Amino acid sequence: MSISVAFIAVVVGLVVWGLLVRRLTSRPWEAQGAPADTGHSGVEGVPPPAKIGLWVLLAVVSSLFGLFISAYYMRMGHAHGDWSPVALPRVLWLNTAALILSSAGMQTARGAVRRAQTHRVRIGLIVGGLFALAFLAGQLVAWRELNVSGYFLGSPAAAFFYLLTAVHGLHLLGGLLVWGKTVVRLAPARVEAIAVRSSVELCTVYWHYLLIVWLVLFAVLLSTSA
Amino acid sequence: MAYVAIADRDHALHDPQTFITKYIWSQDHKIIAIQYAVTAIGIGLVALGLSVLMRLQLGFPHTFSLIAPGNYLQFITMHGMIMVIYLLTALFLGGFGNYLIPLMCGARDMVFPYMNMLSYWVYLLAVLVLVAAFFVPGGPTGAGWTLYPPQAVLPGTPGASWGIVLMLVSLGIFIVAFTMGGLNYVTTVLQARCRGMTFLRLPLSVWGIFMATILGLLAFPSLLVSAVMMTLDSLLGTSFFLPAVVSMGQSPTHNGGSPLLFQHLFWFFGHPEVYIVALPAFGIVSDLLSTHARRHIFGYRMMVWALLAIGCLSFVMWAHHTYVSGMNPYFGFFFATTTLIIAVPTAIKVYNWILTLWRGDIHFTMPMLFAIGFIFTFINGGLTGLFLGNVTVDVPLSATYFVVGHFHMVMGVSPILVVFGAIYHWYPKITGRLLNDTLGRIHFWVTFLGTYAIYLPMHYLGILGVPRRYYAFGGTDFIPPSAQWANVGITMAALFVATAQLVFLFNLIWSLSHGKEAGSNPWRATTLEWQTPDTPPKHGNWGPKLPVVYRWAYDYSVPGAKEDFIPQNVPPDAASGVPGTAAAHGV
Repeated sequence: MSISVAFIAVVVGLVVWGLLVRRLTSRPWEAQGAPADTGHSGVEGVPPPAKIGLWVLLAVVSSLFGLFISAYYMRMGHAHGDWSPVALPRVLWLNTAALILSSAGMQTARGAVRRAQTHRVRIGLIVGGLFALAFLAGQLVAWRELNVSGYFLGSPAAAFFYLLTAVHGLHLLGGLLVWGKTVVRLAPARVEAIAVRSSVELCTVYWHYLLIVWLVLFAVLLSTSA
Repeated sequence: MAYVAIADRDHALHDPQTFITKYIWSQDHKIIAIQYAVTAIGIGLVALGLSVLMRLQLGFPHTFSLIAPGNYLQFITMHGMIMVIYLLTALFLGGFGNYLIPLMCGARDMVFPYMNMLSYWVYLLAVLVLVAAFFVPGGPTGAGWTLYPPQAVLPGTPGASWGIVLMLVSLGIFIVAFTMGGLNYVTTVLQARCRGMTFLRLPLSVWGIFMATILGLLAFPSLLVSAVMMTLDSLLGTSFFLPAVVSMGQSPTHNGGSPLLFQHLFWFFGHPEVYIVALPAFGIVSDLLSTHARRHIFGYRMMVWALLAIGCLSFVMWAHHTYVSGMNPYFGFFFATTTLIIAVPTAIKVYNWILTLWRGDIHFTMPMLFAIGFIFTFINGGLTGLFLGNVTVDVPLSATYFVVGHFHMVMGVSPILVVFGAIYHWYPKITGRLLNDTLGRIHFWVTFLGTYAIYLPMHYLGILGVPRRYYAFGGTDFIPPSAQWANVGITMAALFVATAQLVFLFNLIWSLSHGKEAGSNPWRATTLEWQTPDTPPKHGNWGPKLPVVYRWAYDYSVPGAKEDFIPQNVPPDAASGVPGTAAAHGV
């Protein structure tokens, strides 16, 4: 639970500090006239709502994973001799590499979309998406291996392994839906990259984020494996 | 694109034309707000009905053959869950949040209208799944609204097979809906405020809803985690929460799970949930008091800081709900301390409300009556919270009617009084007509006094040691027989209060066509939603030009001004007064 409390403290701290402390010192009852504040709509330099929306979503998803990891450690701590650590399948290392390459592909697309290089955007997107699919396939292989070596849902450590990887995989699947829509929009030859700029940028942020989540999950699982 | 929808638009608006796009699959935040509110009130009536059935059983035990002991537990569970999540959370954030945020911020709509629409329909699905539990074999779960394992999924508890799964699935769906809505509310407040609307010029209603949404976004995942893990325990035989239990002579199918882990996860959501409901109420009641006392809110900036402080603290006090779980005394000491500390920012808010009324020009309108009723009830409920926050006092009182009295006062009746006040306050903007005042006064007095008749005796019953969640009493010699008379009295009062809500419902429907025409600003309020060109506001809210804000939301009775209120969008020279002088009375 301390992990989740720490996470929430960080988020709330950021909200309080970044957004409010600077502005909460004004005296609204004295203020007159409309100041040229940059927070209102229609001003250049303000990030588009979709971007802010994504960052808020990432905070929510972080809370979710933080709580799953908290639950993992607490269940381990409360166990009375029924906890037998899992021997992690080797394929997870390959999967990790695939996910890193996937993120790299998306990053290429993001760089290219800013320079309006439509062809490179397509290549980057396809590479990113295919490696993400490879990662998911690899995760299924890992499940299969674990199952074959006798780790079923009755073992709490194995159940957590299946649960954590499933939740992460579902989030990646959600990302792939948006990715698929973007690829379809960009498929016709006459479409320029600028048309999907926002989608590509948002996807890339989400991809990097899920890579970080996976690295954290992998580290947690590795450090507690047999 | 959504971004265009919030800027100035000179061309004609592409308003939805057909009935279906306008009222059913609507992306207009005002329609979505009404859809949310009507659904929430509808399911809330189910919960009200369940409470009447429970009270009939308690007041006149062994009289009603249709209420079996198992049913009683199911009624308790569904009543609690519906009231906390499907009524209060949905109504404050989905209903008032949706209606007020864009209007009070000076935006045309939420920044993601499509997602906003989805949010409502997913919420409706959650409600339908919840209601479906009444019609499955075994009926809804009777585990109590906290759904503690292992009993929630073991045979012997009503609805242990179907009911609990439907409940958990419904909660999961609700969280998805809430997240979609919540992303909208937060992003809209951050991104779509009109020119001049700085953070510190936002009305406190928006502040309360904004903070509550942030709490919800961070806390609901905890409920999701526990719901997912309990569903797996129940359906796939994992042992996250379920220990080895020999149940009804059957050998255990689970092993080593931790019920305490569930309690931690549940209350890590459950405690912030109290404030998810309370913070919007705090915000809204501040605006009601200020408007109807014709006086600026006392200590505006401190009110904002108090909201922030309460929001932060609410995440480090969850374990005060589990003092009797056998925790380390130091752990209990820590949580008792944080629990008592949160009384400080809360008390600051109460003082500021009272000081707002002090020497104000108080109009006893319906919203004001409910707002004052809220202050009374909230202080009452808050004080009993100080008892329960201390471990040594809590241990004997835990699981008695004292707890029932406490939380109904503080997070049942108090927010509901604000809901009523807010409906009387904003109904004229939503429909263009005022609610009937006489019916309103009957509704207020019966509800306000009636809830005291219901919940004050419960504290007394609790001190006697009457346990909560019991279908009937027997073998409890320490409870004097006269306690039953208190139960009869409570039931009578509950029937009166329940009937008064029907008066309110009638008023809501009758005034739609028969209410007095309200005009655009019947309360002569300063906030932006009262300054719209049309009442009710049309799609896009503001006509071609967005409003520009020049002042805070509380310029009431400004010395030297023409009228006793200056709307937020009136430029300094047009007010022909010296608006800055309000500072002399300020913080």
